[in-house]
Amino acid sequence: MSILIDENTKIIVQGITGRDGSFHTGQMLEYGAKIVGGVTPGKGGQETQGLPVFNSVREARDAVGCDATVIYVPAKFAKGAVQEAIDAEIPLIICITEGVPVNDMVGLYHQVKAKGLTLIGPNCPGLISPGKSKIGIMPGSICIPGKIGVISRSGTLTYEIVHALTGLGIGQSTCVGIGGDPIVGSNFRDVLALFEADPETEAVVLVGEIGGDEEEQTAAYIKENIKKPCFAYIVGASAPEGKRMGHAGAIVSGNAGTAESKQKAFAEAGVPVAKTIDEVAEMVAAKFNLNS
Amino acid sequence: MNIHEYQSKELFREAGIPVPEGRLALTVDEAVNAFEELGGKIVAVKAQVHVGGRGKAGGVKLARTAAEVRAAADAILGMDIKGHTVHRLWIEKGSDIQREAYVSVILDRSAKNIGFIVSAEGGMDIEEVAASTPEKILRFGSNDYSFPESEARKAAAELFDGQGVDACVNVMRKLFQLFLDKDLSLVEINPLVLTGEGAVVALDGKINIDDNALMRQPELLELRDMNEESEAEITAKEKGLAFIQLDGDIGCMVNGAGLAMATMDMINLFGGKPANFLDVGGSSNPEKVVHAFKYILDGGNISAVLINIFGGITRCDDIARGILKAFETMDIPVPVVVRLTGTNAEEGKALLEGSSLIPATSFAEAVKKTIALGKGEAA
Repeated sequence: MSILIDENTKIIVQGITGRDGSFHTGQMLEYGAKIVGGVTPGKGGQETQGLPVFNSVREARDAVGCDATVIYVPAKFAKGAVQEAIDAEIPLIICITEGVPVNDMVGLYHQVKAKGLTLIGPNCPGLISPGKSKIGIMPGSICIPGKIGVISRSGTLTYEIVHALTGLGIGQSTCVGIGGDPIVGSNFRDVLALFEADPETEAVVLVGEIGGDEEEQTAAYIKENIKKPCFAYIVGASAPEGKRMGHAGAIVSGNAGTAESKQKAFAEAGVPVAKTIDEVAEMVAAKFNLNS
Repeated sequence: MNIHEYQSKELFREAGIPVPEGRLALTVDEAVNAFEELGGKIVAVKAQVHVGGRGKAGGVKLARTAAEVRAAADAILGMDIKGHTVHRLWIEKGSDIQREAYVSVILDRSAKNIGFIVSAEGGMDIEEVAASTPEKILRFGSNDYSFPESEARKAAAELFDGQGVDACVNVMRKLFQLFLDKDLSLVEINPLVLTGEGAVVALDGKINIDDNALMRQPELLELRDMNEESEAEITAKEKGLAFIQLDGDIGCMVNGAGLAMATMDMINLFGGKPANFLDVGGSSNPEKVVHAFKYILDGGNISAVLINIFGGITRCDDIARGILKAFETMDIPVPVVVRLTGTNAEEGKALLEGSSLIPATSFAEAVKKTIALGKGEAA
């Protein structure tokens, strides 16, 4: 098992004929993802990479059926694209797009929750269930199938963590990049609950960063609700106050959102906090004696 | 992006939120002229800088005569407030204050909504109020962009009485609409006052605009004050780089914001000091690497540079081409350590073979080597 996606997940791509959309559709197909079609308004009826293109998400859903949609459209169209996916009630919506106006996410977030759908992102690398399927932009070559779940607010940092785990022979059940924006569709807690319920996942690595209080809330949640071992790594301890560190959500405001506060919260919840990427992998290896 | 108080008040005025009459002054003479234009009675002379605590720092003074205005303006212009130099003054008619309150609208990351923060403790540092007397703070919000009328009315009744309640709700409604219309992340009025004439007036104004939304708010972009911004950070952004100058000596060039932060942390952990945060972004354009070098070296005081790339969308061979191009076109007088992993790493390393660049295999090794070379030690 894995969470959210596996080899049977039927996927459509919104923005399939765009530069990023078409490139990553190719990469996902190569990895074995079951992509069944794409959407580009005005290009319905065409075909690309052997896949049918539709004018709208609803048309695509009705024609080919799908469990998930991945969005690669430019930031100014992202709200409309997510809204279309919500209206078509696609169960899993992944928004890769970076730079989405933050206020646009408020309404989308609450609509998704009200309809019982799942939104990952925006400003995220997507997710991968190694050996089964991937949605988004994570490089498949660094992952191996296994029993560790990974949840992260960052893209390349996720690759670095997964690379370190793989280097020690530790495989992953699913790796989820939840995104670096102030409001994202799924937070650490949403994804943790799925890993807790997944019989194949034995432990979870959480990769957090400065800004907001999501990590603090997650630490409290773990203490009450999560039995599986968790490990945390937080970046941004050396970031200056009041500056956005690349990600729209990575900002320390006054005394709030610091790496120190997050590390402390996890430590108090009994979650070991690593100081370096290598240390995360070593902690997991030591716990499970998986170092083979 | 932040804007000045006087710019926030101009947006308030356009939105129908009452503000005192005022004038912008860039010189002492302009300040005195403004005083005369405003009727020659009591005025507030207020430093315009993007930082809180201006009052405590002496950046806000009341003046009753032209001579007092001259003295206040002379004292405040050029003043340094928490590292911000005062170049602009806002001269504003004094108000007859009966009661002071605090009202702000924020993007609430925890509640994932657009939230109001309201308190009868106006004119105070709201973070201090929240920490010492949290019961004096009211919070409520909107999940669907509709104005939370009944909660706003309840809150307004805690702040003012009589016709002040209606006026306050009106201000809150307009503030909420302004927040939505202008794609704000924060709009704060501290204090919002009830005057002797029964009017509710914004005596201060602070606005933060969502950077992601500036693409659809071009007229707000014109309010940017380059004196308050790092020019390097702004121009780097235009070139697709996220760059922030820090005060250390180890230059960093990294792909991805999270990995860039991890690199800074690791430099600190091993006893070095990062000179900057720099995310070259996801695209593989070699030209970006050349620009990145320029920003790093322009910061000055660089002892060594660490290039840490985990190729995903970014291809390591493109980064390597960019590095070689930078070495061809500019003088790079410090050791440069390069660690390439991921997509096309082998091709990238092959390109760099025989150059003066110092290769490293692991992240930790790269950081240690760079710090050692920066200190003039053999790596």
